[in-house]
Amino acid sequence: MTKQEALYSYCVRIGDSALIHAQRLCEWCGHGPILEEDIAMSNIGLDLIGQARGFYTYAAEVEGKGRTEDDIAFLRDEREFTNCCMVEQPNCDFGYTMARTFLHGCFAYLHYRSLLNSSDETIAGLAAKSIKEATYHVRHSGEWLVRLGDGTEESHRRVQDALDELWQFTDELFDMDEVDALLIREGVATDLSALRSEWDSMVNEVLSRAKLQRPQGGYRSKGGMHGLHTEHLGHMLSEMQILPRTYPGAKW
Amino acid sequence: MSDQHQWPTWEVFIQRKDGEPHAHAGNVHAPDAGMALLNARDVYGRRQEGINLWVVPSDAITASTPEDVGPFFDPANDKMYRWPNYYKTPDGIKQI
Repeated sequence: MTKQEALYSYCVRIGDSALIHAQRLCEWCGHGPILEEDIAMSNIGLDLIGQARGFYTYAAEVEGKGRTEDDIAFLRDEREFTNCCMVEQPNCDFGYTMARTFLHGCFAYLHYRSLLNSSDETIAGLAAKSIKEATYHVRHSGEWLVRLGDGTEESHRRVQDALDELWQFTDELFDMDEVDALLIREGVATDLSALRSEWDSMVNEVLSRAKLQRPQGGYRSKGGMHGLHTEHLGHMLSEMQILPRTYPGAKW
Repeated sequence: MSDQHQWPTWEVFIQRKDGEPHAHAGNVHAPDAGMALLNARDVYGRRQEGINLWVVPSDAITASTPEDVGPFFDPANDKMYRWPNYYKTPDGIKQI
């Protein structure tokens, strides 16, 4: 593997997690529990689409084959997507969506913060732009976790169930392979295992304010970064990609 | 709709630039002040409209009534001397 190949994969991974998460959040558009929250979830989704565009555009540039951000987003199949499996999970209820946004948001925040020091200037720049957004995503979803967890009996039960369900996807956030290893040596990427303890304390702090129990052990799902996804991603892609695949080059 | 399903409303004030007064932007629903601030940001501040936000419970605002228009506002009609028109504005004052 060359540095160029690793850099391409690394950027696509970050972009994929952002895009797939965005697509899920935007599914709430028109279905939010209140108008304000409907707008908030789409806002977060649009922030994430902006992040995906930045990383895809750079990936396409690094690859140097004349592809565009749109080619990367819309003309790859499920097995070529390398997002973490957490973000492709269906929205279920509002509590589940907030729990997912929070767990992934804390990771994204810490990841971007560490990339501020990347030796790759484009990546450092993308991280600097994204970290402000991630800071808000963590705050918004974290505040909701506190209110739902410390709310009614039903809201507590629902959001605790969501955490228990999502926990199997948390180890995968910190998964690394030869792409990371090569880029860590080059000073481009950061060692994700170094983010783990801070992620734990960010999550624990909010869970304790929310009177929620941190799930323990259980099954751990992995494989997203190598294209091994849950059954949900393919269905989502079929909807997300149908237009550009049915009408190649369509503009509006 | 019963009270259980309707959160209180909050009036949103946004400051566009440093030194400018907060201006009313609209209102949002929210269960408490903290969420009202976040909702206000998402509804009224997501396109870089300003640098600071206030949220105030709508029922904390006391408003004049339409009947007050005459006694409150009309007497100024014929009193030009109430306007500080005849003062010179010093150089370097920008926000007037």
